[in-house]
Amino acid sequence: MAQVDTSGPMLDAAGVPLKLSLARAERRNRMRALALVLPLLAFILITFVYPIALMVFRGVDNPTVSEILPETAEMLRAWDGEGLPGDEIYDSMAREFAAAAKERSLGKVATRLNYELAGSRSLITKAGRNLRRLKTEPTKADLVALDKRWSEPETWSVMKRLAEPYTLSYYLAAIDKTYSVEGAIVDQPESRQIYVPLFLRTLWVSLLITALCVLLAYPIAYLMAILPTKTSNLLMILVLLPFWTSLLVRTSSWIVLLQTEGVLNDILVWTGIIGEDGRIQMIYNMTGTVVAMVHILLPFMVLPLFSVMKTISPSYMRAAKSLGATPARAFWTVYFPQTVPGIGAGSILVFILAIGYYITPALVGGRTGQLISNFIAYHMQQSLNWGLAAALGGILLAGVLALYWLYNRLVGIDNMKLG
Amino acid sequence: MVAENAEILVRFEEVQKSYDGEVLVVKNLNLDIAKGEFLTMLGPSGSGKTTCLMMLAGFETATHGKIILDGESINNVPPHKRDIGMVFQNYALFPHMTVAENLAYPLVVRKMSKADIETRVERALDMVQLGGFAGRRPAQLSGGQAQRVAVARALVFEPKLVLMDEPLGALDKQLREQMQYEIKHIHDNLGVTVVYVTHDQSEALTMSDRVAVFNDGVIQQLAPPDQLYELPENSFVAQFIGENNKLSGKVTGVNGATCTVEVDGSGEVKAVPVNIDGIGSRSSLSLRPERVMVNPSDGVCPNVFDARVEELIYLGDHMRTRVSVCGHDDFIVKVPNSAGHVHLRPGETVKVGWQAEDCRALDA
Repeated sequence: MAQVDTSGPMLDAAGVPLKLSLARAERRNRMRALALVLPLLAFILITFVYPIALMVFRGVDNPTVSEILPETAEMLRAWDGEGLPGDEIYDSMAREFAAAAKERSLGKVATRLNYELAGSRSLITKAGRNLRRLKTEPTKADLVALDKRWSEPETWSVMKRLAEPYTLSYYLAAIDKTYSVEGAIVDQPESRQIYVPLFLRTLWVSLLITALCVLLAYPIAYLMAILPTKTSNLLMILVLLPFWTSLLVRTSSWIVLLQTEGVLNDILVWTGIIGEDGRIQMIYNMTGTVVAMVHILLPFMVLPLFSVMKTISPSYMRAAKSLGATPARAFWTVYFPQTVPGIGAGSILVFILAIGYYITPALVGGRTGQLISNFIAYHMQQSLNWGLAAALGGILLAGVLALYWLYNRLVGIDNMKLG
Repeated sequence: MVAENAEILVRFEEVQKSYDGEVLVVKNLNLDIAKGEFLTMLGPSGSGKTTCLMMLAGFETATHGKIILDGESINNVPPHKRDIGMVFQNYALFPHMTVAENLAYPLVVRKMSKADIETRVERALDMVQLGGFAGRRPAQLSGGQAQRVAVARALVFEPKLVLMDEPLGALDKQLREQMQYEIKHIHDNLGVTVVYVTHDQSEALTMSDRVAVFNDGVIQQLAPPDQLYELPENSFVAQFIGENNKLSGKVTGVNGATCTVEVDGSGEVKAVPVNIDGIGSRSSLSLRPERVMVNPSDGVCPNVFDARVEELIYLGDHMRTRVSVCGHDDFIVKVPNSAGHVHLRPGETVKVGWQAEDCRALDA
């Protein structure tokens, strides 16, 4: 028998401290586990975490002016912003405008200024065009002569803001606010307030879709949970088949069904419920978006609900009935509370998917059925205002995380069952 | 079978049940249960005992026949109006409610006043010795505690009848025995009528006033535990209840209270005719191992045979001895570990004998 030395650290059979040999034995397991998850970890970091971080950073990044007009930007940052700047700033700007125009990089500054001060693109391009042709070094006089706006404090207060390396202006634009001439944060004019109503609409539509999904999925899941396996498997396939079908096919088939000359309207006209001229607009508006999205997201509600209901023994309902509860009461007081984790899991899944949904509203949303993600895509692809797209996306991300946090506080994420 | 003056609480009248329209799970059941009685339905799985209980509770409908509770047919009464308490196999305590809320459930459903509910819940918890557990969730209880809560919940609304569906199946042996006594005491104290379903015969014998042994959808015998063990009426009951030696043979003569059976292989055995078709029919003889004497004195036993000792198992209070008698090598003799008992060795041949009245001639 091996001698066990109880005075010092525990030793293993070979005389190595037990803790060391334990760590050594465990290390191999840990390394193997790490090696197994490493590809996925790297994939997620590169394709998910990094782009999101980059995008969120873009929402506050403001490099244009400080990169293209470095000297002027530094002087503008030092300037107190009262009234008009000193001559040396005018001179420096005229000089750098000419230089940038020669390198054809002044267009970016023009675009950037245009985001802040609508209609000011020409102000910069005109300055660049004219100053470039001058034989001598451009000065304040040359700049001021081109446009009277160069003598207005408003132009310069905007230029000073643009000279900062970071800006809140994208985020302000994303919540329908802007900087006034004095640099205070004010509301956009009424006619230009689009994003806050859009966020609210997205939130409301997502909640509506989630609620409709709960209402539709609950009976299906319940039926699947109580029916014999053979029948419930058939139901499961009926739920999963659309799930496996291409998103585009499903959305397009809704167009076929719901459009003004579509199947549903034809049936209504044929049966005489509506007249030929009373055809109902059911698609290319919010109705179309909601109908198609509920259909597409329904499996995400059915599956978690089903997996929770499957674990609820029928003896609970029997017990409640034997204790004197009517079937309806037994259902509400005994069965339903036990399905709440499933409702929570399904709701959070459907809600998060709905709030960022893009393809379906883009295809069937028309003008009034657009959601925030469509505008993010618009700014990414059409207007190329990536800063604003990043700010809108950042707000959306923060909103989802906040709701997730709230859900965790209220229901507890540990109670969530996805399958 | 129920005492003459006893009040009948439950009556099954020619009840039949089929799930698929082809096989009868319960065949023509007639059973009276007296008020205050503890009746156990005992049988192997698939014998129809649980189906009977479920029909009584209202979760299954009888295909034919009537079930009468307190003088009224309850065939068309839904479960929640039957006023029958039930303890389920897996307890079925509502996991999202505390122990107190579980116990209050039947009272809240019956719209009792808050103060009333509180006192009753407290009393019920005290009854099962779980006074301090009101605020716990079922998941925080041990098996035995959950079991007690389930019993308390089935009793708290003072139902006419309490049904228990293998309530102790999930407990370990020691706890099961303890709970058997507790349930028995609660029954004695409250005087409530209990219908208990189990496949464990020792549980049935310990607790019941009467036991109904089910097999193949039919009650094989309905009797108090001692009669069931000592006076089995057919070979199924003899085999199912307790340990039994079975010798099969042919009836050669009947003479009043005794008969003779020619055991296959060798020898004639004198026995009590209980369930035989007359001379020439096949019969199984039933004999309890503890009624067999080893090396009996001359003239004491009418049945004496040579036996070869095959196997000895030491069980503390007795030696379980397997011997070979009359061509049956699975004949068990219990030799008590008492002062001066015989010492047997495997391979030796001894004489074994038994009384005619201990040996019952049953159906083949």
